[in-house]
Amino acid sequence: MSTESPPKGQVPALHAVEGGAGRNPGTPLNLDVIEALRVNLSAVERRVGALGGRRSVKKDWQAAWLLKAVSLIDLTTLSGDDTDGKVRRLCAKARSPVQRDILKALGAGDLELTTAAVCVYHDMLPAAREALEGAHIELAAVSTGFPAGLSPLETRLAEIRASVAAGASEIDIVISRRHALTGNWQALYDEVKTMREACGPAHMKSILATGELGTLRNVAKASMVCMMAGSDFIKTSTGKEPVNATLPVTLVMLRMIREYAEMTGQAVGFKPAGGISTAKDALLYLVLLKEELGTRWLQPELFRFGASSLLGDIERQLEHAATGRYSAGFRHPMA
Amino acid sequence: MGVKEIMDSMEYGPAPESDAEARDWLSSFGNEFGHFINGEMRPPSGELFQSRNPANGQVLAALSQGEAEQVDAAVAAARAAQPEWVALTPHQRARYLYAMARQVQKHSRLLAVLETLDNGKPIRESRDIDIPLVARHFYHHAGWAQLLGSEYRDYQPLGVIGQVIPWNFPLLMLAWKVAPALAAGNTVVLKPAEYTSLTAMKFAEICREIDLPPGVVNIVTGDGRTGGALISHAGIDKVAFTGSTDVGRRIREATAGSGKKLTLELGGKSPFVVFEDADLDAVVEGLVDAIWFNQGEVCCAGSRLLVQEGIAERLHGKLKRRMDSLRVGNPLDKAIDIGAVADPVQLQQIRERVEAGVAEGATLYQPDCLVGDTAEGCFYPPSLLLDVESSFKVAQEEIFGPVLVSMSFRTPAEAVALANNTRYGLAASVWSENINLALDIAPKLKAGVVWVNCSNQFDAAAAFGGVRESGFGREGGADGMLEYLQPRWEAGLEVLEEPELPRATGESARGGAVDRTPKFYIGGKQARPDSGYSRPVLSPSGAQLGEVGEGNRKDIRNAVEAAAKAETWSKTSSHNRAQVMYYIAENLDARAAEFAERIAAQTGANKRAARREMDAAVSRWFSYAAWADKFDGRTHATPMRGITLSVHEPRGVVGIACPREFPLLGFTSLVAPAIAMGNRVVVIPSEVHALSAMDMVQVFETSDLPGGAVNIVCGERDALVQVLAEHYNVDALWYRGSQPGSQAVEQAAAGNLKATWVNYGKRCDYLDPAQGEGKDYLYAATELKTIWAPYGE
Repeated sequence: MSTESPPKGQVPALHAVEGGAGRNPGTPLNLDVIEALRVNLSAVERRVGALGGRRSVKKDWQAAWLLKAVSLIDLTTLSGDDTDGKVRRLCAKARSPVQRDILKALGAGDLELTTAAVCVYHDMLPAAREALEGAHIELAAVSTGFPAGLSPLETRLAEIRASVAAGASEIDIVISRRHALTGNWQALYDEVKTMREACGPAHMKSILATGELGTLRNVAKASMVCMMAGSDFIKTSTGKEPVNATLPVTLVMLRMIREYAEMTGQAVGFKPAGGISTAKDALLYLVLLKEELGTRWLQPELFRFGASSLLGDIERQLEHAATGRYSAGFRHPMA
Repeated sequence: MGVKEIMDSMEYGPAPESDAEARDWLSSFGNEFGHFINGEMRPPSGELFQSRNPANGQVLAALSQGEAEQVDAAVAAARAAQPEWVALTPHQRARYLYAMARQVQKHSRLLAVLETLDNGKPIRESRDIDIPLVARHFYHHAGWAQLLGSEYRDYQPLGVIGQVIPWNFPLLMLAWKVAPALAAGNTVVLKPAEYTSLTAMKFAEICREIDLPPGVVNIVTGDGRTGGALISHAGIDKVAFTGSTDVGRRIREATAGSGKKLTLELGGKSPFVVFEDADLDAVVEGLVDAIWFNQGEVCCAGSRLLVQEGIAERLHGKLKRRMDSLRVGNPLDKAIDIGAVADPVQLQQIRERVEAGVAEGATLYQPDCLVGDTAEGCFYPPSLLLDVESSFKVAQEEIFGPVLVSMSFRTPAEAVALANNTRYGLAASVWSENINLALDIAPKLKAGVVWVNCSNQFDAAAAFGGVRESGFGREGGADGMLEYLQPRWEAGLEVLEEPELPRATGESARGGAVDRTPKFYIGGKQARPDSGYSRPVLSPSGAQLGEVGEGNRKDIRNAVEAAAKAETWSKTSSHNRAQVMYYIAENLDARAAEFAERIAAQTGANKRAARREMDAAVSRWFSYAAWADKFDGRTHATPMRGITLSVHEPRGVVGIACPREFPLLGFTSLVAPAIAMGNRVVVIPSEVHALSAMDMVQVFETSDLPGGAVNIVCGERDALVQVLAEHYNVDALWYRGSQPGSQAVEQAAAGNLKATWVNYGKRCDYLDPAQGEGKDYLYAATELKTIWAPYGE
C-alpha cells in the first residue's frame, strides 16, 4: 500500500517556513497573484460559524490558553485624552497583567507573564518607554496619520521616523484605503514599501482598516499587497472604524498569510484589533489561528491581539479557573 | 499536563460531553426496550439484540427483534388509528406536530448524546446539525399540517405508511419520514435501523408525552427481516425507504404490483466539481463538509472530487494540509471532527474498498489524526485516494466512509460528462466564482440536489432526493408532502376488465382505397418492423381495417436509441415546445373528420362519441402546450443568504404504454404532457387500435416536431413494455393496462430503478379532464432538482 503519511501535527506546506521572527523582506509586486485571488463570502462565514462548535478548550487547557492570550496582547490606549499618568498605569498593567496569587493557584506561580507590547500614540512614547524600562515588552506606536492615514506622505514618513527615534520598536501604520478601493495596487505597494523603509529596525504592522474595504476580496488583495511590500504583520483595524476585527476578516487574512508563506517561505504575523473584548472571543481567534496556520503562529512574534478591555475579562475567567468562583471586574487592578 | 506545559504545546485538551443523563435514561428502561405499538411502550419480547457504542464497543441497550406478529399488531394499530387521525382538523394535527418540535427542542441534549452514543457521530454534529434539523422538520411540517386543507385540496392521505430508515442519521431520518406522513393525515409504522434505534425509542416517549393518539405512530425495532415483514405487509399503502441501492431494488421488486406507493432514497457517488476559478480554501472546507461530515456515512456525500487539471496539484496540497488538522476520536469530545463508524461491519467494508482501490493503482493519503484512546472503537482516518481513474471501482461504488477519490478534467463539458458518468444521481456540488459557469453546469448535472459553492446543505423546506439508481421521490417541502398524498381522482378509479380483443373474421373494411402501410415512427423516420411481420387492426366486428407493424425487442431498442439522441427537444425553450404543440393541435384539428372516423371504425363508437374523443384530443394538446411554459419550480425559504430553487427537469427518455381504449385520446393524454416537459418518448400505442396513433405520424411530420422526440412502435403491449422496463437507458415508464402487466413493469423497472407510473388495471376516463389531464401528469413527467446557491460578496 502506497501511503504518504506525514508526522503528526506537521503541515506539509507550512512546515518549510523557517525563521518566523525574521523580518519579511517583501517581494516585487506580483499583480497576477493579486488578480487571481478569490474569496467566497458564504463559505468563509460557514467556516467561522462552525468553528466554535468544532473546537473547545476546557479546564486547565482553557486557563493555559487564556494565559497565552495575555502574552499575545498589545495593551493599547489610543484616546484623545491620554496622559502620561494613564500610560504609566497601562505599562504597569502590561508588566503584571495577572495577579500573582491567581497564577500560583493555577500552578504557574513562577511564570514571567507580561503582555507582548504596549501600543500608544507617538506623544506618549517617552512616558511609556520610561515605564517599561527593563521589561521584555515591545513598545508600539500607531503612526502615519492614524487612524485615517490621509496626511501628506512626507508627514506620515516623518512621523514613522520620529516614533522610531523616540524608542518605538514596532510601528503600526495605516494604509490608504483609497488605493485598495480603486484597485490601485501599485500605489498601495509603493506606499507601504516606502513606509517599511522608514521603519528601519522597527517591525511594521500594516493596518488594512478592513471595515472600510468593502469586500473580503479587497481584504485578501490588500493583505497580499502589504505582505509583498514587506509588512512584518498585517493588522485588521485601527479600532476606530465602524466594524473592526471580525472572524471572517481574520480567516481571509490568515489564509493570505498562508498563501504568502507558501510562495515565499516567509512567516508574516497577524494582529486583529478592535472589538475583541471577551475571553471567549480570544479563544476563538487562537483556535482559528491554530487551525489555519498551525501552533507555530501562537507566539508574540507572529500574533497579537490589539485590545484594551480584553485583559479584564481574561483576568475574571482566570480567577474563576483558579478558585471555582465567578469573579468581578473590580477585583482586578485596572489598566 | 500542567498549565505551563500546555502553554508551550498549545494542544487541545479533552473536552468531553457527559453521557450521564443518557445512561440514566437508558437505565430507566432497564436498558431493554420493546416495541412502541398503539401508544404503548411494550415490554422487551422475543429475541433481543444489542445496540453498541461504536466508539468503544460497549453495550448500550438491548432491543427486541420484531417478528411478523409485532408488525401485524403495529399495522393494525396504525390502520385503526388512521380514520380518527384524518378526521381531526388540520389545525389539530398541526398542534401535535408542533408539540413534537417543541419536545425535541426541550430534550435536545439528551437526544444529541443518545445519538452520538448509538451512532458514533461527533457530538458537535448531533448537537449542532442533526437535532436542530429534526426540530426544524417538525416545525415546518406542523405548518403543512395546518395548511393541508387549503394547499392540497385535491389530494387525500394514503392511509398507513411503512417506513424503514438507515443508521447514518437515525433521528433525522425518522423526522423526515414521520413528519410529512402525519402532516398529510396518514399513520405510520416505522422501523429504525438495528444499529441505531435508541433515539427512536426516545421519540416514542415523546409521542406519549404529547398525548399523541395511540396508533398514529408505531415503532417496531429489528433487523432487515423486520423491515422485510413491514414493507411486504398487505396492510400498508406506501413504503418509504432510505438506505442502500441494493435493498431499495429488492423493495421495488417486493412491492411490485401491490399498488403501494413507493419512495426510495438510496445511495450515491456524488460528484464535487471544482473549476479553476473557485476559492480553493473554500473548496477545501466544502470537502470537509462533503466527505468528512458524519464519517462520510452520508448518502449524498461528495465522494468523487473532479478538479480542473491545472489546479489539481495545488488543491490536493491544500487538502492534505487540512486533513492533517482533522481530529478523529471519541465522538463525545467537543473538539472532534470525525467520530466512529457505525459498526465493525461497516468499518471492515470501508477498509476493504480502500485496499481494493490501492490495489487498482490509487495512491492513498491518510494523515495520522487519531486523538486519545481509540483502540476499542470503529475509527477510520480521513482518506484521499489520488491517481484514480474513472474505471476504478472506488470511483464508481459507494464507499460510505470518510474516503474521497480525486480525478481531473480539462473543460466544463468534460466535467459534466465525468460527473454524470455514474449509475447514481443523488447530489452534486459545483465550485466556481463565475456565476455564468456555475449556473450553466448546475442544470447539466444528473442529480436531485445541486449545491453551488457549498455542500451537504439541508432544510425542511427544500426537496431532497435522487434520480437514476439513487431512487425516486422527494423529501421535504411542498413536493415532499405530495409523496404522502394521492390525487382524489386517482384514488377513485376502479379496476375494470380490459375489453375483449376482437377476433378477425377475415372480412376487409378497406373499401377499395389504396393500400396504406403505416410503419413505425423512429427518430423522425418511418421505419419498417424488424420482424417483417404485421398485425391486423380490426373493427369491433372483426373486419380488418388495416395493418401495422409487429414490433419486437430490436424495434424498441432502435426507438430508445433515437429518443436518447434527440436531446435537442429537451434543450429547446419551453416557448418553442409550446409552439410545436399548438401546431400539432392545429394540424390535427384540420383533419378532425378523418380522425373521428378512424376512431369510430376502430372502437365502434358512434359519430358523436368519436368526435368527442377527437375534440378532446385537440383540447388536450392545447392544455399541454399551455403548460409547457407554466409548470414553474419554486424558490424555497431556507435559512441561508442565497437562493434555493427547485426546478422541474424532464426525466429524459420516457416509455409509454397506452391503454387499449381511447385510441387517440389515451395516446394524447400520455404523450402530450411527457413531451411538453421536454421528455423524448417511446410509445406503444393501443395494441388493438393502433391506427389513430399511426395517423398522428403525419401530423407530427407536418408540425415541426423534431425527429426522435416521439417514437412509436406498435405491437403486443405487455411484451414490448417489458423491453422498455428492462432497458437501462429508459428513465421513466408509464403503463396503462392490466394489473399483472403493472406488476411486471414495476418488477422489471427495479433493474435501474426507473420511476414508474402504472395503473394496476384501474381504468381512467380520459374524456374527463379531472382524470385525463393536469398537474399530476406533469409531476410524473418531470424530476425535481433542488439547487442551492448561496451568494454574497
